[in-house]
Amino acid sequence: MEVGDMGLPKPVARESVESLRSSKSLTPTRRSHLSDRIFFHVTRSLAVLVLILSLLLVFELLRGSAEARAEFGIGFIWGTTWDPVAEQFSTLPTITGTLAKAFLSLLIAVPVSLGTAIFLAIYAPRWIRTPLSYIVESLASIPSVIIGLWGLFIMVPVVRVLQIWLKDNFGWFPLFSGPAIFGVGVLAAGIILAIMITPIIAAISRDVIRTVPRAQMEGLLALGATRWEAIWKVVLPYGRAGIIGAVILGLGRAVGETMAVTMVGGNAFKLVTSLFDPVHSMASQIASEFTEADSNLYVSSLIYVGLVLFAITVVIEIVAQLMIWRITKGQGEARHQA
Amino acid sequence: MRTGSIGRFPLFAVFAVMSLLFLLAACGSDPTATPTIAPAATNTPTATPRSTPTPTTPGQATPTPTQPAGAKVEVCPTQRVKGLTGAGATFPFPLYSKMFDEYNKVCGVKVNYQSIGSGGGIRQLQARTVDFGGSDGIMTAQQKAEAAGGPVLHVPMVAGAVAVIYNLPGIPSGAVKLDPDVLVDIYLKKITKWNDPRIAALNSGVSLPNSDIAVVHRSDGSGTTYIFTSYLSAVSDAWKNGPGAATSVNWPGDIGGQGNAGVAGQVRQIPGAIGYVELAYAHQNNLTYAQLKNSSGKYVEPSLETAKFAADVPTLPDHMEVVIVNSSNPNAYPITGFTWLLIYENQADAAKADAVARLAWWMIHDGQQYAVPLDYVPLEGAAVTKVENLIKKIKVNGQPVIK
Repeated sequence: MEVGDMGLPKPVARESVESLRSSKSLTPTRRSHLSDRIFFHVTRSLAVLVLILSLLLVFELLRGSAEARAEFGIGFIWGTTWDPVAEQFSTLPTITGTLAKAFLSLLIAVPVSLGTAIFLAIYAPRWIRTPLSYIVESLASIPSVIIGLWGLFIMVPVVRVLQIWLKDNFGWFPLFSGPAIFGVGVLAAGIILAIMITPIIAAISRDVIRTVPRAQMEGLLALGATRWEAIWKVVLPYGRAGIIGAVILGLGRAVGETMAVTMVGGNAFKLVTSLFDPVHSMASQIASEFTEADSNLYVSSLIYVGLVLFAITVVIEIVAQLMIWRITKGQGEARHQA
Repeated sequence: MRTGSIGRFPLFAVFAVMSLLFLLAACGSDPTATPTIAPAATNTPTATPRSTPTPTTPGQATPTPTQPAGAKVEVCPTQRVKGLTGAGATFPFPLYSKMFDEYNKVCGVKVNYQSIGSGGGIRQLQARTVDFGGSDGIMTAQQKAEAAGGPVLHVPMVAGAVAVIYNLPGIPSGAVKLDPDVLVDIYLKKITKWNDPRIAALNSGVSLPNSDIAVVHRSDGSGTTYIFTSYLSAVSDAWKNGPGAATSVNWPGDIGGQGNAGVAGQVRQIPGAIGYVELAYAHQNNLTYAQLKNSSGKYVEPSLETAKFAADVPTLPDHMEVVIVNSSNPNAYPITGFTWLLIYENQADAAKADAVARLAWWMIHDGQQYAVPLDYVPLEGAAVTKVENLIKKIKVNGQPVIK
């Protein structure tokens, strides 16, 4: 059987391949066609190649950071000093900075992108859906350095005004106690990251929502539910796994994003205590200091930061998989959109 | 749903085609732009006349017309080397690329310089993957010990100055005067208000605001930071024993900006901010800079003229491994430093050694004319002779390449 001959209609393609896989009819046997076996081996070796690449990456990170790990050990993670002159390195302020910015960006981006996705998938008439989808998707492809420059020169002055107003009126609130006049800091970085991950989350969520069978929603509408209830009770629960996948993908980008947050973050190696504090992130620090790092221990420490960053993304990924697994458990068939 | 995805195709295609057309239009303007650049390049008055008389025939030590009298040194490689590679400092890169471009016109030698940063340049030199390195800082004893090819010469090429910039609404450029102690204490966060009595004492007649000082530094490792922190260390023990001097340090201060543009951007936006950038960047962007009190007690504005005096002191050591900040010259701007080529003193490959030595020789003589237009401080006076002697130390089998 030629793969191209399957000719399956698009909406059911995924389920069909899943069922084919489980029935073992795709696993090549002696009698199967030569091209089928070649294709099987090609895809398998490509999959193995990806695995080898990530293992090599881990190996290189471990090898490169060996000197710093021997020198600072696990205390590297909760130390708060980064002193290239005295060669004392540790990374807690950048870990907390990275996570603070990333989660703030999720807080902003998730409602915006879910709203966009629902509007695009369900409400929008076709004449506006297409251009709007196109704009959302092209937003995702703007280079981060452009967004960063825009952020520094256009957005930060606005954020500064906002911060000064917040501090004047709500300064008693601990999160608003930092230096408002700087403009750069956690808030600015969180907003810029939100702008960068919104298109990703929105585009994937839109596709997820569109895979929800129309009959399900129409059934609820027929029972007298409002559209809002139908979306809230059927569409979103049905697409939960995929939407969480989309959010995690966005979080991954927010954690690893370098250029834009370097420009608007303020890059001070301090523990953040308020939304207005300048903040450094792990990826920014590596990118900023690697070129001029002049001692082996310095370079090794920067690679160690990379290793910790890698570990953080792995943990996030595991948590995401656990969440998706818990949600899809007992829902019949698993739907892994992400 | 499927009809929907087919139905949206035409509109989608219209958008795609429109953006393609836009891209094409952008690309289309390029070919028209190139020719206008090309004649401008050949028009440079210095390049054309000099490339003709220079003989490409090796061995003949005919001096070129622009060669200074007395220094009868052939500037082109004499042993058929057609290419050299270097890597390192980003700070002198605009100048180096101009110089190497001109050198290629004069000698037909392509120099490939990768501006990967001083740290990377030192590492590549240590591993001997490049013919020369570039650095804004002096190699540490440990770095020298790790160099595979033995002793490394630090050959100064040009100097660069660092301007202290500020943003005080209503106060013009050059109006604010700072002395070393005050500058250090601002960067140590001991002085946090502009109307602090210690700043006011230096600036009678200037109405300083009661605003916080937002201290901005470079977040990326850089030669600019190296010169600036070297200066702070030179004038203050508290700084020397605290943050210290390096391409990036443990800043007590507030905000890190990415590159000169990042620092300047922050300072421009935040009222009450102070920062430091390369002199060239401050000039080209009309930033407001402070006057600094130099070691002779004179207030000096940062400029190519005042920075030039920094290297013009009788006490330069022969090895030139010296940061010339806080110069003893009474007219000098104090935050000035060299940028160096790093070259192994004892070379194995005679042809390469010859080429590197003559390239360096050309750079400190003919090449210097490109420094001022690009806002770098050229070598002058006593410094040139010292650097000549350094280049003459490059040896193959104990024999100097340039005698």
